Amino acid sequence: MREILELLEHDARLTPEEVAVRLGKDATQVREAIAQLEANKALMGYSAVVNWEKTDSPKVYAFIAVGATPEHGKGFDAIAEHVRGFDEVHSVYLMSGSFDLQVVVEGDDFREIARFVAEKLAPIPGVSSTATSFVLKTYKLEGRSTADRESNGRLAVTP
Amino acid sequence: MNSGSQTLEISQIATDLPASGIREFFDLVIGMDDVISLGVGEPDFATPWKICDAVVDSLRRGMTSYTSNHGLLELREAIADDVRTRYAVEYDPGCEVLITMGVSEAMDIAMRAWLNPGDQVLVPEPCYVSYQPCVAMAGGEPVGVPTYIENDFRPRPEDIQAAITDRTRGIILGYPNNPTGTVMSRDELNEIAQIAQAHDLFVVSDEIYAHLTYDGEHTCFPSLPGARERTLLLNGFSKAYAMTGWRIGYACGPREIIDAMVRIHAYTALSAPISGQIGAIEGLRNCEREMRDMVRDYDQRRRVFIKGLNDIGLPCFEAKGAFYAFPSIRHTGLTSKQFSRLLLYQEKVAAVPGTAFGPAGEGHLRCTYATSMAQLKEALKRMERLLGRLKAGEITVGDE
Repeated sequence: MREILELLEHDARLTPEEVAVRLGKDATQVREAIAQLEANKALMGYSAVVNWEKTDSPKVYAFIAVGATPEHGKGFDAIAEHVRGFDEVHSVYLMSGSFDLQVVVEGDDFREIARFVAEKLAPIPGVSSTATSFVLKTYKLEGRSTADRESNGRLAVTP
Repeated sequence: MNSGSQTLEISQIATDLPASGIREFFDLVIGMDDVISLGVGEPDFATPWKICDAVVDSLRRGMTSYTSNHGLLELREAIADDVRTRYAVEYDPGCEVLITMGVSEAMDIAMRAWLNPGDQVLVPEPCYVSYQPCVAMAGGEPVGVPTYIENDFRPRPEDIQAAITDRTRGIILGYPNNPTGTVMSRDELNEIAQIAQAHDLFVVSDEIYAHLTYDGEHTCFPSLPGARERTLLLNGFSKAYAMTGWRIGYACGPREIIDAMVRIHAYTALSAPISGQIGAIEGLRNCEREMRDMVRDYDQRRRVFIKGLNDIGLPCFEAKGAFYAFPSIRHTGLTSKQFSRLLLYQEKVAAVPGTAFGPAGEGHLRCTYATSMAQLKEALKRMERLLGRLKAGEITVGDE
């Protein structure tokens, strides 16, 4: 299972047949395993890794450290579920350390994100503080370097 | 040409050395654009970042000197630990481990330390290009022992036995093998160890691809019963740690041979480059995960590529080590050289003719799968197209 997920995490376009050849497994078994992983949402979807900075219409990302007051019997779940409902929210994590939720927000420009934080995120009951940090430049994304690949100078034929 | 002066007369040993078949092929490829290369004998990964980082840091701290002739003690200790942990073979890092400039240097000085003129050394073929020249340069006589596709290119004990004469001093083994990808099982190696014992032969075991063993465990030759005292183990960091350009290898063996090798090494190399040695220490200490990840990737490419070769009609046994496939092109009726030239000129795919690794490689190509999956798939497509055109009679030898 882990090997299948690692392959698909790296290249979601692989077919079950290709996964099977790479891992030396039976294609039917791989297909069934993938179906099971999809059913229990371990495999949540198949998406492209986009470096928006390379496009004509870049998106803006902000990492927001949210302080929150946990609720009796629910902890941070209710607040986190409230937060994740917004389309602007790209991801939400419960964190150890000096704040509670790490919220990644995406928008078309800085103002849109600022407005979202001020008008939607900060007023949520239980949210006690927000500290917004905007992404200025991306160096690595989803395990991939954003640098253009340079030739490594490897010769065409060596012993 | 020859003015009669002896000033530039080349030695007999150098004159007799055959030019590397790899070099010959390289000269054809150089200058061609858009070639997909299955011709390299090195990883397509860059050296793990942690290693580079540790070395850059060491340079900033001014660590740019010679090291002891044996190599940094810290590295020798790390190697002795690694060999003990993985294979349960003990070497004293003080006097039984030598750091060299790759296995290439280790092989050269091992032969010079060990052989006397006329000594014969058995070399199963196909094999890495340097084994026989190293024996010859040391004044020895390499004796090729052919291996066969029927046996997945594993040397047969009876062929080794048959090649032994009263001048035979030992055997050079290289498994997992370049160029075939063949691995040897513990039992098979044990049979060779017993032959060595029975005939009092020394074994030089080049295990540079040890970590690139995909099915089962690698057997370290000196770990076999009675083998440690008659074996020189050679290994290094080029393949498993993607450090070919750093030139760091090592030799582990009985003190007598290591002492003799160090004397030669001290005069000819002094020490292996310190930066490479520092990188190797970092590799052994902190890069197991990076190494495992690379091996896993090679394994996946191996399955895809070998299946692909068989699917397009280039029969290929399941090579279980290194990063080479060694498909047969016999059914085309062409020689290895003819086929690889056609493949290069017609389809711009570079694969080394099997004969570059000895006459037993005739009828085969060495294809490296240490290249991206996309390139492997494109190469397979082009090879299939060439086979189709050959079959249809659209091209023939001479169309290179």
